[in-house]
Amino acid sequence: MSDPTTLDSRPRSLAGDAWNDLRHNKIFWASAALVLLLLLMALFPTLFTSADPTDCVLSRQHDGPSGGALFGYDFQGCDVFARTVHGTGSSIQVGLLSTLLAGLIGLSFGMAAGYFGGAIDAVLSRGIDIVLGIPVLLGAVVLSGRLSGSGDDGVTAVTLTLGLLTWTSAARVMRSSVVAAKSQDYVAAARMLGAGPARLMFRHILPNAIAPFIVVSTVLLGANIAAEATLSYLGVGLKGDALSWGLQISDAQKHARVAAAPLVWPSVFLAATVLAFIMLGDAIRDAFDPKLR
Amino acid sequence: MDVLPGLDPRAPLLQVNDLHVEFRTRDGVAKAVNGASFWLNPGETLAILGESGCGKSVTAQAIMGILETPPGHITRGEVRYRGVDLLKLREDERRRVRANKIAMIFQDALSALNPVYSVGFQLAELFRAHRGTSRADAKNKAIELLDQVRIPAARSRFSDYPHQFSGGMRQRVMIAMALALDPEVLIADEPTTALDVTVQAQIMGLLAELQRQRNMGLVLITHDMGVVADVADRISVMYAGRVVEEAPVYDIYERPGHPYTRALLESIPRLDRKGQPLTAIRGLPPALTDIPAGCAFNPRCGYAKEPCRQDPTPPAYAIAPRRTARCHFFREVLGE
Repeated sequence: MSDPTTLDSRPRSLAGDAWNDLRHNKIFWASAALVLLLLLMALFPTLFTSADPTDCVLSRQHDGPSGGALFGYDFQGCDVFARTVHGTGSSIQVGLLSTLLAGLIGLSFGMAAGYFGGAIDAVLSRGIDIVLGIPVLLGAVVLSGRLSGSGDDGVTAVTLTLGLLTWTSAARVMRSSVVAAKSQDYVAAARMLGAGPARLMFRHILPNAIAPFIVVSTVLLGANIAAEATLSYLGVGLKGDALSWGLQISDAQKHARVAAAPLVWPSVFLAATVLAFIMLGDAIRDAFDPKLR
Repeated sequence: MDVLPGLDPRAPLLQVNDLHVEFRTRDGVAKAVNGASFWLNPGETLAILGESGCGKSVTAQAIMGILETPPGHITRGEVRYRGVDLLKLREDERRRVRANKIAMIFQDALSALNPVYSVGFQLAELFRAHRGTSRADAKNKAIELLDQVRIPAARSRFSDYPHQFSGGMRQRVMIAMALALDPEVLIADEPTTALDVTVQAQIMGLLAELQRQRNMGLVLITHDMGVVADVADRISVMYAGRVVEEAPVYDIYERPGHPYTRALLESIPRLDRKGQPLTAIRGLPPALTDIPAGCAFNPRCGYAKEPCRQDPTPPAYAIAPRRTARCHFFREVLGE
């Protein structure tokens, strides 16, 4: 709470108050720092390692950590640390963009279905059901094959595939919380005070209905980073020289009993990324709920 | 705001004629309002009195145009503001009437205020959205309003959230929001039901005072006969979606003209009957899906005879100047 005598002339806004809350939240800063570090790693991997991730020598197979290779070497004799750092880019890109896409679709479907109700709800909800009925793996195998061009590394195809197949739970969650928020008195009161549909939807219903959606989305982010691994393992994900945690994990798990390190390190990075985004999502969600301030 | 088509400054401020509202649900059609009629003049307080489920709140929602449709449908009737039938207006015209001309106070202020915005922000938002006021001006106006509804230290409470206010203070904020754009009609839907008794009196006093200052018409919806006696000029008693009696407040307390009104008055606990059992009206109000033929009150009425059980319902007999009652036997009830 700021000092009442020194209030500025502007009414405090929801975003302003949320930021005020976030500034004092240690979890927010910790997760934000972690996310920033990961983004930095994704954009400029060479800042973190000078080793070439494609420089693999079989004679170094499963060697332990040494001066340059912090995490040792994998089955093919490649530097695990270098590969993990260089894999950050595609993993984060696939995870973030596919979640963004899924979130956008889910948000629009859920909002529209929940707000308009009736026939629109029926059509949109059945649409959600149909997409939900597609087995994700099977759908992904088909879709990702169709979407990827011959020469590319498959990042765009995987992103689109995951985005188009995983938005359903977010849409359902959004729909139900919009339905709940819509029938609240404050929405009727806002109507009584002359608010139009857009204002009702975005100013009154959305901020009150978004919390569960944020939670689902942050969980989805982790799931999608992991799903990329599954697709790559099946041969319909990233291709060729592409590097990603998912590829590393699926390669290393065959030899996990002999050498655990090549499996453990990319998994730790994956877990840390998911955790960072979940904590960030949590902090943001709490900041937008005045009752928790 | 531009002029509404057909606006007549000499017409009654608010006039509801033969309003019918029904809820179409899976379990059948619930007839919530079955021909409610009343009128309101500037500076006047009309109390709409009735039990839970008699259609009071639905009538208010229909007047405001905030009825959930579906399931609620207005099937017949008109709601005239200064001669303009609001039910025939387009939605965008309708929206400009709301808050600017007719506003409403909800029963439960906590759920009627948006929990994610500070009360000051919500108030200031009204000026910014409807009047295009600048942020700084809107804030000053909002603080002025909070002052008017007697929120102590309004300036420092401006940035507080609804859950940080007490029940009475929240209702004051709600009143401030309803009055922000200077409406000519204020509908108060059980404004004090969620509050404790001492706060009830303060809120009613505040409403009466603001009404005097602004010469507003006030429709006070309540089930509390005690609240009504102090503030109302006229009373409309509703039963099963109809106005069964309509009269100036003192006449009704002195000599009720409808058996239902009479029963309501007799059921008020009285100090001079200490120790005696409380009088209650036998039975329950009818289910709105199955309203009895004839007079809806007949199964519970001590005066009921054969004509009361036959359709049509009793007409609104003019039983005295400015008084009507829908009872065939109003003379007996009045004790003539």
